[in-house]
Amino acid sequence: MDDRTHWDKTRRLTAILLLAWLLTGFGAVFFARELTGLTILGWPLSFYLAAQGASLLYLALIGIYAWRMRRLDRQLRERA
Amino acid sequence: MTKPAQRTFFQRLTRYYAFFTLGFAAFLVSLAVLEKEGMPRVWIGYMFMFATIVLYASIGLVSRTSNVSEYYVAGRRVPALYNGMATAADWISAASFISLAGSLYLHGFDGLAYVMGWTGGYCLVALLIAPYLRKFGQYTIPDFLAARYGGAQGGRAVRLFAVTATIVVSFTYVVAQIYAVGLIASRFTGVDFSVGIFLGLASILVCSFLGGMRAITWTQVAQYIIILAAFLIPAMWLSAKHSDNPIPQVAYGKLLPQLSAREAALMNDDKEAQVRAIFCTRADDYQRRLDGLPYSWETGRASLQHYLDNVRLRNASLLEIRNAERALIAYPKNADDAVAIWTALRDENVARSRRITPHAAPFPGATAEESDIKRNNFLALALCMMLGTAALPHILMRSYTTPSVDQARVSVFWTLFFILLIYLTIPALAVLVKYDVYTALVGSDFAHLPTWVSYWANVDRANPLISIADVNGDGIVQLAEIAIDGDVLVLATPEIAGLPYVISGLVAAGGLAAALSTADGLLLAISNALSHDVYYKIVDPKASTQKRVTISKLILLGVAFVAAYSASTKPGDILSLVGAAFSLAASTLFPALVVGVFWRRANGYGALAGMATGFLVCQFYMLHTNPVLGGSAADQWFHIAPISAAVFGVPAGLLALIVVSLLTPPPDARSVALVDYVRRPE
Repeated sequence: MDDRTHWDKTRRLTAILLLAWLLTGFGAVFFARELTGLTILGWPLSFYLAAQGASLLYLALIGIYAWRMRRLDRQLRERA
Repeated sequence: MTKPAQRTFFQRLTRYYAFFTLGFAAFLVSLAVLEKEGMPRVWIGYMFMFATIVLYASIGLVSRTSNVSEYYVAGRRVPALYNGMATAADWISAASFISLAGSLYLHGFDGLAYVMGWTGGYCLVALLIAPYLRKFGQYTIPDFLAARYGGAQGGRAVRLFAVTATIVVSFTYVVAQIYAVGLIASRFTGVDFSVGIFLGLASILVCSFLGGMRAITWTQVAQYIIILAAFLIPAMWLSAKHSDNPIPQVAYGKLLPQLSAREAALMNDDKEAQVRAIFCTRADDYQRRLDGLPYSWETGRASLQHYLDNVRLRNASLLEIRNAERALIAYPKNADDAVAIWTALRDENVARSRRITPHAAPFPGATAEESDIKRNNFLALALCMMLGTAALPHILMRSYTTPSVDQARVSVFWTLFFILLIYLTIPALAVLVKYDVYTALVGSDFAHLPTWVSYWANVDRANPLISIADVNGDGIVQLAEIAIDGDVLVLATPEIAGLPYVISGLVAAGGLAAALSTADGLLLAISNALSHDVYYKIVDPKASTQKRVTISKLILLGVAFVAAYSASTKPGDILSLVGAAFSLAASTLFPALVVGVFWRRANGYGALAGMATGFLVCQFYMLHTNPVLGGSAADQWFHIAPISAAVFGVPAGLLALIVVSLLTPPPDARSVALVDYVRRPE
């Protein structure tokens, strides 16, 4: 792997995670009214998503990014 | 620093902060014992105020430095975990700590836009900005923009523009923090507002003046620990009281359906309707007076004067005369005054005559259209807060302080983790307090109000945090009779939960820590922009390192005093402008920062055009639509509130950046090399 492929992979990972970020926020808010009837474990789903669910997903996205990038960087170092 | 050296440093830090946490716990316990022994409340307030300020000052003293790299970026050796904690403290401002829970209490679902926006922003920081800034490895945000968009002459203009944006954004924000310091200090210790400001300022200065970023970082970690304890202890207690589950983030799910049931019952209550009708009549009355101006002002004044004369003539009791005099003094001075005062009173009464909105219902509106507007505004606000978070100089600056790019990425993870410890509790706290108010306070006897109500009603008489009056005269508290200021929620939680006063002191110390830590970071961002970017890079590039640090310290001092002076004039509008700072930061800095990394072809002309366009569009929209700034709400585009101006500013800036870059020559080899450099892993 060279710098070029490393950057392409970084870009792809960034794009996928950004899409997930966008869908999380937009989905939770845009369909909030449709989701009000649903409950999980006693929580009204739309309220839970906006209050806690989305934020926890964001944390997960950042975690995945840091983990994948560390692996990607290591791969590049080993090939070089 | 080598890997093993980093590890020992991390272990040493962990030991220090473990000792600190234990010491702080011991301090709390001993104060609790002293309170039992009868130490007066005021003293507990003083103890907290002075103990924490002395603590921060001594950390600053221990970490004093004149080394450039230590002063600007803490020597680039802050481990990811601690950098995350410090950034979290940097981030959690007085508004997050004190006002966010209250805003959720008052607005229910709609308030969650802040929670989503302020957490989602860190995805952008992690994915698009932090690792690349760290790889770049200089000192400030304007540094990066100037190097990236350098060219022959462009660097200086880009730098100056970025400095201006940094200062405009950070200054509004820092004034609000110092204002909060004064407020908390004066409420809890009874000192004068301006004395409170200068006490807080002293601790900020000893810390950042002596040690710059290094001292601020280690102080912020300590402050984070205090913030966390201050927020979680009362919330956990309250949660255990209402649901037998001490973990509020989990427990409030069970309370939410109960709260909704209670809301439904209150909505159909006759007495509630009666109180609302009274407010409705009062609002109508003010409307009638407004319609009858200026004649109504004269008759109103004449009748008050007449009443006063009458009371005096018939030798009524002193109290009656006093009241009549007071009414006359409080009466608007002229017809113009009357317009302002009566409009405010009319709006207040209209607001209080409204039906309650269910807490968990998203976008409640009378019509589908109104509800859609609320949804769009929620989305816009959340998006603006996200983009703004990813463009706040004092937060981004912190990515320079980690030992490596990998650590910078991990540090953002820890930052959001530590922020979430607080932010996931905030919606829970709002529900818990609401449940307490709706079930325990509503329906109780006016003769036996809980002590926290009477205490907080008397703390600040000019702007009471909670006011409660028997409007319909039945001797029983109705929900519509309670007017609550959002800020009381967090401050009064310990008393609502029935905790000793020590915990109230702790909450005040937490609020103070939140405001001070954010103020520290902001002041440093401003003074670094002035000293490093303006003085060193433009005015005197040959300045010695010693001189640079000294200049930086002097500028810090100056900025701090200007900010404190602005806060001491009690600018009411500044608080409403803080939200605007996010939109301004996003519109000006975000496109240039991100495009600079991800698009090689972007050049200096494009960056300048993008920053200027973003700034102007955002500014224009706010001036045009914000009534406080002289605009009119009728001019809004797509009914988007002025606070979310970045929804228009960011795309406009992005578009201008791209179009102008394509129309002008490509960037020179140095800029392109820099882009390749920041993309390449270490």
